[in-house]
Amino acid sequence: MSELRDLYQEVILDHNKNPRNFGKLDHANCQHEGFNPLCGDHLFVYLILENDKIKDIRFEGSGCAISKASASLMTTVLKGKTKAEAKEIFERFHTLVTSSLDQPVDNTQLGKLAVFAGVREFPARVKCASLAWHTVQSALENDPNIVTTEENGN
Amino acid sequence: MSVASVLRTETAFDVQKIREDFPILKQQVHGKPLVYLDNAATSQKPQVVIDAITRYYTFENSNIHRGVHYLSSQATIAYENTRTILKNFLNAASEKEILFVRGTTEGINLVAQSYGRTFFKEGDEIIVSAMEHHSNIVPWQIVCEQTGAKLRVIPMNERGELQLDAYEKLFNPRTRFVSIVHVSNSLGTINPVEEMIATAHRYGVPVLLDGAQAVQHLTVDVRALDCDFYVFSGHKIYGPTGVGVLYGKQALLEKMPPYQGGGDMIRSVTFEKTTFNELPYKFEAGTPNIVGGISMTAGVRYLQSIGVDAIGQYEHELLEYGTDVLSSIKGLRLIGTAKSKTGILSFVLDNVHPHDVGTFLDVEGIAIRTGHHCTQPVMQFFKVPATSRASLAMYNTKEEIDILADAIRKVMKVFS
Repeated sequence: MSELRDLYQEVILDHNKNPRNFGKLDHANCQHEGFNPLCGDHLFVYLILENDKIKDIRFEGSGCAISKASASLMTTVLKGKTKAEAKEIFERFHTLVTSSLDQPVDNTQLGKLAVFAGVREFPARVKCASLAWHTVQSALENDPNIVTTEENGN
Repeated sequence: MSVASVLRTETAFDVQKIREDFPILKQQVHGKPLVYLDNAATSQKPQVVIDAITRYYTFENSNIHRGVHYLSSQATIAYENTRTILKNFLNAASEKEILFVRGTTEGINLVAQSYGRTFFKEGDEIIVSAMEHHSNIVPWQIVCEQTGAKLRVIPMNERGELQLDAYEKLFNPRTRFVSIVHVSNSLGTINPVEEMIATAHRYGVPVLLDGAQAVQHLTVDVRALDCDFYVFSGHKIYGPTGVGVLYGKQALLEKMPPYQGGGDMIRSVTFEKTTFNELPYKFEAGTPNIVGGISMTAGVRYLQSIGVDAIGQYEHELLEYGTDVLSSIKGLRLIGTAKSKTGILSFVLDNVHPHDVGTFLDVEGIAIRTGHHCTQPVMQFFKVPATSRASLAMYNTKEEIDILADAIRKVMKVFS
């Protein structure tokens, strides 16, 4: 049960229930779609980029608590960051959720994103936590394809 | 004790005794007794099946059909004996009509490629239903691409029942084939296949039934149904993975070309010409899953020793109990409420995504399936991204359903 509390911390439950920056962003000059066919998580991220900076960011879609909270927290963290900074944070986040359990979590570097350390206990849920991040990454790289964290929908 | 009560005791379904036959059910998961409710994905294996696998590799292992030595002839006898048991299980007319395949999916692909590719042409129409598993959609889409044929889809209603009036209207002179699921894996619906086959035959159209979720719950008699093809998998009927059965009417199988070429499916080979073996070997190229076939028989025998009808009746009681218990949970919606159903309890919860449900239940030791169950069109129809599905087998109990319901209430509380 303690692992479950690690995964579904209050912060995550709160962001699931009251997602921040939720909804369409008018005048977005960059957007992307992400889809996880295994669980049906489906989201769009909208960005306003100015001089390589994320001036505004919003998302909408539906998904499990982990994916929704991850998208919500992500928008709060990325707002105001440069593309290069966003990439760096994404890498840090990715390392966190895919690292082994004995690896210490560096709270100073990760800030509030550290709440996702619980995902490490549930490898099946890594895809849920990282979908929004992969989607933003593709948006910033102008990847024309829909992001998917699944190869196989069986 | 009166005679009547003795009879009642003897005929009662002894689920505790059955549970003893499944060693996996004795274990704990996350410190809780395992509650296995993912039987539509795969069933657990009784000790007799596990023993059959061990016995084969310990005493009988040998390649079949071609060897002249002792072990090979023993293995061949055991494997061919399996065919006879399966012939009787389905009430097929002959062993020639029983083909071993890797599972339901391969069986459907075999018919799509061998029958479909040979007999379909541009503009022909193939009928499937709105509740098909991907394995009964995609092989037909592939053959449609190859031949220029088109798919037509039988609609269903909100309860998850096929609309038979609309079905009959789909027939026209271009209709060439009907391929439908006998029992839906995501809704539990038992389709009125006898009537649907009769309709198709009035138009001279052959019918394949996907029986992956049927043969372990209902007695299937392919001759009484008059279906042209019937497929199922060993692993969902208490046997091993990687083996299944395709039944086909002999006259149709005779007309169909081989699906795969290789050893055992030939009579003679020269570089100029190959002549093919007779049925069923024409469709069984290469060394088959011998241990799979032999141990699947052990599963079928086990099933028969308890009685498919008795199992179906017991599971139906569980289904009714589960339907009542789950329906009483506020914020829970059952998906698939057909009048005629097997033990599938597919549901969605207000404000909780199925994947979160799955993770919470797992920690309680409960194994269910969450996702689209390889039936994405069904999810689209009900406008849900996914469902949580508890699927029942003969070894499940009412107590397990209560444990499930308690765990669901707990999840909803966390997310409220």
